[in-house]
Amino acid sequence: MIKIERLVKSFGSQQVLRGLDLEVATGSITVIIGRSGGGKSVLLRHLIGLLRPDGGRVLVNGADVTRLGGRALDEVRRRYGVVFQGGALFDSMTCAANVAFPLRENLRLPAAEVATRVEASLAQVGLEGMGSKYPAEVSGGMRKRVAIARALVTEPEIVFFDEPTTGLDPILVNTIHHLVLNLHRKLRFTAVMVSHEIPEIFEIADAVAMLHDGRIVEVGPPAVIQASPNRVVRQFIRGEPEGAEGA
Amino acid sequence: MTERPLPLVLRPLDAIGRGAIAVVDALGRFGMFLAEALATLLTPPFKFWAFIDRINYIGYRSLLIILLTGGFTGMVLGLQVYFTLVRFGSEAYLGPAVALSLIRELGPVLAALMVTGRAGSALTAEIGIMRITEQIDALTVMALNPVRYLVAPSILAGLVTFPLMTAIFDTVGIFGGYLVGVELLGLSQGTYFGEMQTFVDLNDIMMGFWKSLSFGVLVTWVCTYKGFHVGHGAEGVAKATTDAVVLSSVLILVWDYFMGTVLP
Repeated sequence: MIKIERLVKSFGSQQVLRGLDLEVATGSITVIIGRSGGGKSVLLRHLIGLLRPDGGRVLVNGADVTRLGGRALDEVRRRYGVVFQGGALFDSMTCAANVAFPLRENLRLPAAEVATRVEASLAQVGLEGMGSKYPAEVSGGMRKRVAIARALVTEPEIVFFDEPTTGLDPILVNTIHHLVLNLHRKLRFTAVMVSHEIPEIFEIADAVAMLHDGRIVEVGPPAVIQASPNRVVRQFIRGEPEGAEGA
Repeated sequence: MTERPLPLVLRPLDAIGRGAIAVVDALGRFGMFLAEALATLLTPPFKFWAFIDRINYIGYRSLLIILLTGGFTGMVLGLQVYFTLVRFGSEAYLGPAVALSLIRELGPVLAALMVTGRAGSALTAEIGIMRITEQIDALTVMALNPVRYLVAPSILAGLVTFPLMTAIFDTVGIFGGYLVGVELLGLSQGTYFGEMQTFVDLNDIMMGFWKSLSFGVLVTWVCTYKGFHVGHGAEGVAKATTDAVVLSSVLILVWDYFMGTVLP
């Protein structure tokens, strides 16, 4: 389980997170929604230990990752998989080498086993035979799928997705969402996804959390969020311009 | 609670204090960055293939520019020094004059400046782009230390390639001077190389070697640091690249002066 308690973060005079609380159940898909620039990615970077908060804590299976450093933090990170917004594939390596990289460097598996697992991982995301291509030679959707394959190849317990469908067409958005859902059913990882793909994420999420003004203003199953009486939540999921409510 | 504004008379002092703290802070981070890189060089796992790749990137790919600039530097030296020496009837000393200028001073400095322009800028841009496209973050969240993968192999490769590039620069330069002095201006080959053997000793060669070794660390340190701490977007990468080349070049000349005063 991931438990976030009273998380506070400021950049200069701008307070981005203002005492944020959230719990993510083990084995669930939790999607964090909220307006662009609202601090969703900042929250995610705290969960993966790339940012230190000004206050509060992030407990992952009881360990406070905000206090960990060095090897202890690396131990926690080895149980993570992360899909970055732009994929963050190593552009000097082929797609297969990208997927093989964490296996080779972290698990130190024999070359034959690495090759087998990379092949299987690429097949899982529908990219059989594409391993020899470089990230620059494949489409945006394929890059996202390679990034998902790389994040899942080590069979992590927790997978973080930072807006994995940004910049994709609606068909690809659904393809990626269903890919995540199918892989989740098969591999049973805990997923934390930052997204603003409304209403598509309601089909895949077990829980949806609305981030607004540095706090989680509502959290619950998709049906609860969709029927929420909260003005901010309603306005966001309906895509109404600011000030439209009550107009 | 809001902070009370400082009295007007104290504001310049406040600004100086903040500036001094910022400078010390930046120098501290700069020093810690090198310390971390050196620490990863001394502890396994060693990234041997990354090191070989950096030798190719920094050294082998700079070879052509080193050959060209070394050759023409030697030729210019041969020409200018010959016409100066001939006024005093001392043209026999052309060989040692060219060799000493190159080995002690021009070889290490110009080779370092050339490698900075060719490979240092590319190093900053490459690491900078990896930073803004979250590739460095991807390494970090895989529990892999990006300094071990990107910085330490470059610094070690700088230590190896800079002295080699300098040696090539010196050799080609000496033959450039030979081409002008002996082949074009008619000095005897025996005089050119004979006097050189008399006047150039091991101290001169070691001076050039120590300089190039320290430039190797300096340039790769500055260039990887600037790439690692790049600003936002393409503009950030462009600024970091410019800063890396300018800072490296200035530090090469400043450090060269200090080395010149310390070494025999």
